[in-house]
Amino acid sequence: MKKSFVPLAVVTALLFVIAPILIARAPYESEMLLIQKIFYFHVPSWVAMYCGLLVCAVGSIWYLFKGNRVADRYAESAAELVLLFGLNGLVSGPLWARKAWGVWWQWDAKLTSALLLWLIFVAYLLVRKYGGPGSEKLAAAVGIFGAAVSPFVYVSVNIWRTIHPKTSVVPDIVKNPAKGFAAPLLVSMLAFVLLFVLLLMVRVYLAAHQDALDELYLAHED
Amino acid sequence: MAHEAPASRLVFHMSATERGGSAGRSDLMFLRTALLVLKKDFAIEVKTLEILVTTLFFAVSCVLVFSFAFVKEGQAPPDAAAGILWIAIAFSGTLALGRTFERERYAETLRALLLAPAPRPALYVGKLLGILVLLALDALILVPLIALLFTAPLFARPLLLLLLLAGGTVGFAAVGTLFAAMLIRSRTRDVLLPILLYPITVPVIICGVRGTAALLESPPDETTAVMWLGILFALDVVFLTLALWTFEPLMTE
Repeated sequence: MKKSFVPLAVVTALLFVIAPILIARAPYESEMLLIQKIFYFHVPSWVAMYCGLLVCAVGSIWYLFKGNRVADRYAESAAELVLLFGLNGLVSGPLWARKAWGVWWQWDAKLTSALLLWLIFVAYLLVRKYGGPGSEKLAAAVGIFGAAVSPFVYVSVNIWRTIHPKTSVVPDIVKNPAKGFAAPLLVSMLAFVLLFVLLLMVRVYLAAHQDALDELYLAHED
Repeated sequence: MAHEAPASRLVFHMSATERGGSAGRSDLMFLRTALLVLKKDFAIEVKTLEILVTTLFFAVSCVLVFSFAFVKEGQAPPDAAAGILWIAIAFSGTLALGRTFERERYAETLRALLLAPAPRPALYVGKLLGILVLLALDALILVPLIALLFTAPLFARPLLLLLLLAGGTVGFAAVGTLFAAMLIRSRTRDVLLPILLYPITVPVIICGVRGTAALLESPPDETTAVMWLGILFALDVVFLTLALWTFEPLMTE
């Protein structure tokens, strides 16, 4: 395990302690009041998911063209984290929607497209699990196509008029820190991204050991 | 094994000189290879028409199943026809993709194709063209049938509908051909192909369905249809570029 792991873990833990305090102190949003605070959990989940998507795509390209096993481990681990953080977003979203819009699930573009992106990475993991030997390359193609589709999914939000808060809400909040929404959001985002990095490190470490073990088994059989 | 070495070197040498020609000549070679693969698939298919007939029948049964879901008191909702058309194309396309590559797998002919001293992306383009011809024939029957069954004014803007169908099938088949070719080595290919294909091609289906639905309005909403058409062609470019780029490393064992 890398030396940076322990200090990073300490910083992440600290951020996760600070974040709830900042969120509790943040002012209420004028229309949604308390329920708006899911926002500090919901948005960072998606940010972490997109980090995973990016890592998976870069790892897939690297693996496919250079045949680098380490890159493949990163891609696989990142895809699993996409699953985890995406699930976080997909669960917290309907909880917020139930209070804000009155329905659990609204077939709006952003929700649907997030679900779609998430499904692509479920497919990625299904291929790895059930594809049999050589499925790593197949999965790498899925990762690359999945990342290539994501901008189209993102653009669709702005084309369709939806009831989802526009994508510009987040930049607006960051630009107007006077309202008091920015600090808790930034802290929770940082906490989630760091958590993502930590989990990625642990998972890649695990994958490397799995590979080493497999090689030892093969060597023993020969 | 030792006596085979000069022969393989000879083949390599020949292909190297053939590829070493001017850029125009290698482009021609690319096109010729693609057309040869298409011709081969066409020659096999016309003997029995197996894939065309079976996928077409499947598409028509899809239309019937969906009509039971949507039609109320003898009338379907106005834009149901668009959805049914695209679902029928996507489902029968998946079936056609699976069958086409099953044929190649059966006698290990894909391996033989890959061993040929030809640019591999040309093989991909050849297979893609074959699938596109099949899907075009499917659409040729499906569109009039759906227009008739659902009294949908599908032919109000024939050129726009044609472009939407072309853009949609190219996007769908570009991803489908690549994945079906890769899955040939996998034991679970039958189930994995739709699992991979549908989430990734959903943007294509959305563009196709919404664009067609815009054409079904009265009067047809041309600006919306053209907008979806633009996204569709952008998607096609992305999918085709990625597929041509990744086909070579993906098919190398």
